[in-house]
Amino acid sequence: MADVNRGNRPLSPHLQVYRPQLTSITSILTRITGNALLLAALLIVWWLLAASYGPDYFATADAVLTSWFGDLVLALSVLGLWYHTLAGVRHLVWDSGHGFEVKTAERMGLACIGGSVVLTLITLIAV
Amino acid sequence: MVQLTLPKNSRITIGKTWPKPEGAKNVRKFQIYRWNPDDGKNPQVDTYYVDLDTCGPMVLDALIKIKNEIDPTLTFRRSCREGICGSCAMNIDGINTLACIYGMDEIKGDVKIYPLPHMPVVKDLIPDLTHFYAQHASIMPWLETKTNTPAKEWRQSVEDREKLDGLYECVMCACCSTSCPSYWWNGDRYLGPAALLHAYRWIIDSRDEATGERLDDLEDPFKLYRCHTIMNCAKTCPKGLNPAKAIGSIKKMMVERHV
Repeated sequence: MADVNRGNRPLSPHLQVYRPQLTSITSILTRITGNALLLAALLIVWWLLAASYGPDYFATADAVLTSWFGDLVLALSVLGLWYHTLAGVRHLVWDSGHGFEVKTAERMGLACIGGSVVLTLITLIAV
Repeated sequence: MVQLTLPKNSRITIGKTWPKPEGAKNVRKFQIYRWNPDDGKNPQVDTYYVDLDTCGPMVLDALIKIKNEIDPTLTFRRSCREGICGSCAMNIDGINTLACIYGMDEIKGDVKIYPLPHMPVVKDLIPDLTHFYAQHASIMPWLETKTNTPAKEWRQSVEDREKLDGLYECVMCACCSTSCPSYWWNGDRYLGPAALLHAYRWIIDSRDEATGERLDDLEDPFKLYRCHTIMNCAKTCPKGLNPAKAIGSIKKMMVERHV
């Protein structure tokens, strides 16, 4: 209600005092991973563009992406991708009208976190 | 709009520490948000000590004890003391609940009490709920009919009546709406969990004849669709209701009437 004219009345604290909930954390993580994946996608596009530009430029881009830092960023991107995918599935379940009980929603949240870690490990081992 | 920090006039400072009760053995520390519209100062958090041996078990008992015995200027709403009026809704130990039905034994450590989050404060623990009530009124919280009024009453089958269970019990305490980050950022246009739960209560009422108009009114990117199923509402509802589920049901009806 920050936009409502309230004279000189203070705004009561919100994020500062509200205890994070499993459901709220898994919700904001969906948004954070979604935005982070946009950046990761840009990185991949840059890599492909470099490949089409010429061998010298590709060597530079490839060196960045396969350095330890590049590996770290891409590994975290895989984690983000799996988390975002599972969270998307959770939203599909909700859109079908199921899974709204607090316990079920929390279990699905834990499954998103645990599932994304396991699937990331499997992906990294398989690649 | 998302604003993660508090405006300048709302930043909280450290307030007064009130003396401990003499000779008390079982003392609990309370940290309570204070704001006085008359002294021109920023909000502050005061510290109180309550003797639990001479106090009732609920958070509201302690607040009343503080007001009676320590600091009569402490201001809060309360009425029924049994969770049916919704007056004493506040943020206790990081979640929104009714002080009268929240036991102090459910809290670990110091008891921290703030007004309902992201609301204009009238004084101390009293938020301004004008906008919240206006949003409730906007969903037409009454029976809308077009056919002639029957001689006796509007009949409803037992099965249709059961559809209202889990909805009609809402006491409009505003715990859910003020726990919702989406409502914090877009409360001017997003109706919030409480108003939407009430909207659904009338949408699925078998006696109501304005279902289409009600859905038309909610078909809006902000009024309804700012709900991202964060579920703080269902988690915090002191009456154990599930606004997130009601909102999900409205969204589903929106899709179903298009196919």
